[in-house]
Amino acid sequence: MSAPARPTYSHLADILFFNLTRSAALLVLVLLTAIIASLVHGSWDSISHFGFRFLFSSSWDPVASTFGAWRPIQGTLITSFIALLIGVPISFGIALFLTELSPLWLRRPLGIAIELLAGIPSIIYGIWGLFVVAPILMEGKRLEGLGITIPAIQPWLTEVTSGIPIIGHLFDGPPFGIGMFTAGLILAIMVIPYIASVMRDVFEVVPPMLKESAYGLGATTWEVVWNVVLPYTRTGVVGGIMLGLGRALGETMAVTFVIGNSYDAIDSLFHPGNSIASILANEFAEASDALHYGALIEMGLILFLITFVVLACSKLLLLRLQKGEGSNA
Amino acid sequence: MTIMHNTIYRRRRLINAFNLTMSTLAMLFGLFWLGWILFTLFSNGLAAISLATFTQNTPGPDSTGGGLLNAIVGSLLMALTGTLIGTPIGILAGIYLAEYGQRGWLAPTARFINDILLSAPSIVIGLFVWIAYIQYVGHFSGWAGSFALALLVIPVVLRTTENMLRLVPHSMREAAYALGAPRWKVVLAVTLRASKAGVITGILLAVSRISGETAPLLFTALNNQFFSANMNQPMANLPVTIFKFAMSPYENWISLAWAGALIVTMAVLILNIIARSLLKKEHG
Repeated sequence: MSAPARPTYSHLADILFFNLTRSAALLVLVLLTAIIASLVHGSWDSISHFGFRFLFSSSWDPVASTFGAWRPIQGTLITSFIALLIGVPISFGIALFLTELSPLWLRRPLGIAIELLAGIPSIIYGIWGLFVVAPILMEGKRLEGLGITIPAIQPWLTEVTSGIPIIGHLFDGPPFGIGMFTAGLILAIMVIPYIASVMRDVFEVVPPMLKESAYGLGATTWEVVWNVVLPYTRTGVVGGIMLGLGRALGETMAVTFVIGNSYDAIDSLFHPGNSIASILANEFAEASDALHYGALIEMGLILFLITFVVLACSKLLLLRLQKGEGSNA
Repeated sequence: MTIMHNTIYRRRRLINAFNLTMSTLAMLFGLFWLGWILFTLFSNGLAAISLATFTQNTPGPDSTGGGLLNAIVGSLLMALTGTLIGTPIGILAGIYLAEYGQRGWLAPTARFINDILLSAPSIVIGLFVWIAYIQYVGHFSGWAGSFALALLVIPVVLRTTENMLRLVPHSMREAAYALGAPRWKVVLAVTLRASKAGVITGILLAVSRISGETAPLLFTALNNQFFSANMNQPMANLPVTIFKFAMSPYENWISLAWAGALIVTMAVLILNIIARSLLKKEHG
């Protein structure tokens, strides 16, 4: 019996297929390296010209060719912080509702509805924020059909907080509608679905036995969530929040629409400002010279590195939770 | 009876009731935004949309009439090319991670990096394509836009492919091996086929993600006021057109931006829902 030709052909095909898939997986690593390398390469002019000063200088003047990233970095951090401040408690509430309160038949549709919020493109949040939310924040709105008047939120906030030491200062200033506060608010709505779905997923892995033991001891639903579910899933919850933070930091279009595009010093949250992503969106296509391009690309590099670290932490925390799950089983 | 009058007990119940009410309100809050955005889109978009939106090209500044034909066609072309470039890479890498990734450093590293790229700011992808491609060819182009979109497709497709392949029971692979099938055939004809619906779901989710992406197109495809199917030229696309028109002072442009916003959102949401129902049919 002579050996048929097929096995060798198959063997060859196996090796070929293996290497094909392997190089596709390698490509992911190459992609990351290429992104970082090209950003460093593209911003070399700016890095060598400004050095570390670039990070902490707040002057941005394309005509005089002086560039500093401090204002946009500040804007990025402030808007993301507002987003988390509003978004995290709401996401927690949503995850709690979906895992403990919702009737079973409602869970899936409600979960999908929240995930659709994540599916809506960021430019839609932008156009809606600019034309619908900002005017309401600034001057309120009368809903004729319903006979309800929505108060002007920004002047109202200024009024209630005036007199309170630091907080009053934050909400001081003319209500433009657009600005850091509005950007943070829109970002909060955008990160809610990400944080809420991670929280829901990690809440669901809590062994029912743990929860039932607590219920058996007479704990209320809230006590079970606060004292059993949350401590058990702490790393996962923090991972989810970091994921939301990563999203908020890099969010571009929604922020570009409503942040106001201003390099002024920020003296109140109602003041128009800038974020790294919004500057790139506004200026990059019309940059004036090599140094201007370099400075913009360096800001892209900074943004990428910050989000990379945040997202990596998020991923590591979620992985740790998964591992813990395995060892408990 | 005495327990009902216990103040500690009452307080615990009160805290419980309060917090659960807040949780329900949070849920309603989330749904409220979704409803509000969709309501705004429909009320503004439907008023602006007409047959001309689909048959005429984008008008000049401060003019009347016109439509979004060139932008719609450009978006479709770039989304299609982007998907065609990104999908095979994503599927192949997903196969490696699921089928060959049990040992070695590559699979865990690639999985980790891929999850980060999945959430990385898309504007940085645009910057990357600009530095690595546009800078050398010297002009904005539809190809550059497609490349940027392809880079966003890869992580989504990779992740869903891997997850879906992992759901295939080992006994199926073993049965195929026992029949003497080579590994590549087992993967292509058995496991990949078994998870077909899941993989298609991933592709649809990727398409839905890139159809609304604006940031990576801003300085790759740029935009084009005229109709062009030439992938080597700047190419009109819906998201950037919406951005430009919405930020303009012209009423006609703003109303076209609303029409475009409605079209994009509907496309994205319908793709999303189809993708999910596909998956539910398979695994539900």
